[in-house]
Amino acid sequence: MNQTLVSYLSQYEFYDILLGLFGKNEGFLAFTIYLLFTLAIVGLCATIGGLGTYAERKISADIQQRVGPNRVGPYGILQFLADGVKMITKEDVMPFTADKFLFYLAPMLALIGVFATLAVLPWSSGFIMADLNVGIFYLIAISSLVGVSVFLGGYASNSKWSMLGGLRGASQIISYEIPVTISVLSITLLAGGMSFGTILSHQQGTPINWFLFHNPFAFIAFFVYFIGALAETNRAPFDLPEAESELVSGYHTEYTGMRFGFFALAEYIEVFVVCGVGAALFLGGGNLPFNISIDIIPLQLVQVTVFMAKALLLYYVVIWVRWTFPRLRVDQLMSICWKYLTPIAIFNLVGNAVWMVMFNGKSIADLVFGGH
Amino acid sequence: MTPAQIDGLMPIVMLMGIAVLMFTGGHFLSLLLAPKKPSHLKSTPYECGELPVGSAWSAFNVRFYVVGLIFIIFDVESVLMFPIASVFRELNDMGEGLYVLEIFLSFISILVMGIAYCWKKGDLDWVKSYQVSLNNNK
Repeated sequence: MNQTLVSYLSQYEFYDILLGLFGKNEGFLAFTIYLLFTLAIVGLCATIGGLGTYAERKISADIQQRVGPNRVGPYGILQFLADGVKMITKEDVMPFTADKFLFYLAPMLALIGVFATLAVLPWSSGFIMADLNVGIFYLIAISSLVGVSVFLGGYASNSKWSMLGGLRGASQIISYEIPVTISVLSITLLAGGMSFGTILSHQQGTPINWFLFHNPFAFIAFFVYFIGALAETNRAPFDLPEAESELVSGYHTEYTGMRFGFFALAEYIEVFVVCGVGAALFLGGGNLPFNISIDIIPLQLVQVTVFMAKALLLYYVVIWVRWTFPRLRVDQLMSICWKYLTPIAIFNLVGNAVWMVMFNGKSIADLVFGGH
Repeated sequence: MTPAQIDGLMPIVMLMGIAVLMFTGGHFLSLLLAPKKPSHLKSTPYECGELPVGSAWSAFNVRFYVVGLIFIIFDVESVLMFPIASVFRELNDMGEGLYVLEIFLSFISILVMGIAYCWKKGDLDWVKSYQVSLNNNK
């Protein structure tokens, strides 16, 4: 364990004042701080997920030269609230052949898997809920729950469309986990640690210090990661598990009302998490391009804004890709993963390891400008 | 781990708890607000308007199983590579880089051999093609 939110806040004076208010009970104070920040982050991410559906429709409308949602609120920005209310007031239908327990469990697992990843997402250098030693490893592991939920959702519905969608989803998610994991491995190799704090501390300063520009192999690794992440979150052009033209709606064909809403919410938050991780691993996260020795809360908020800007830029690219490229076939999907991305990812890993030894861990910028 | 370190795992449990609460809360709300008019036809599995024939829980294509098997091999191997990767920089700074690189490369070469074997056997092809000899029965 490197640093947590509480250990970060404890360096300020107001922490001592708060501690006095809580009667010197450190555990209870830590509990309160965590609870408040967890609620804030969940609220923020639920809003981002909701606005994601709005952005998706608005950007797709823009690309296809339509107007898009414009009725609810100014420019239709409250559309996601209206959708949410609609989903709550819809009748809950479950097929009588379904496995009832697993049918309930599947959307919950998706939600748990996505929310648990938020604990290690580095919003800024200080605001990390828990900067675990195994940060990125934990994230990869826990986000696999989404894959489980996709398969469970498809299996438990006992509908042929759902079953096919669930099987495709499971095989796709586990396949693309390999190139993603190996790309993350090369960043672990460069940073010398799995925690986000370590990874971000190596990318301080101007954009040339980002891992994206560390060496040519890391540059390719970013694209392998991004393509793999698209597939892992079931986004087009890899949205075969829910391909509407062949599988009706894939694994959530039988889901109605609130449960479908939670699947959609989990999916949109997962896209944001994946973009955030991409921003933190390759694009320097919330690091500012200049060095300031003082550490104050407003500066942290600026870092949060920088991180959000990078993550949301990637989010835009994800939506842009969805409305630009046609869907792949199943066999193309598998051959891209196993015959192209995985060998490229392994090549990158070897390249990064050799680069580390040959140039003693220096980036291209260090070699050219003679830094460090 | 000290108590302060275990405290650091609190947000993970909390986030999971919030996910469960949100889910049950959403369900409760929809239980209060949503109409409830069940009918047999409504709760049949969707099959484009036709009555479903048989259960969906039947034998499925073995290709999914093969993909699962290959995944497990690669997943375990990448898990085994994480510890090496996270100490690589430290050991490189100590001057042991070349030695660790040799071990690392020999491990990766096993991984590469694995993928080459699967590729050669045709397990990576979604649509397998077999060479059938026509002269077999003669």
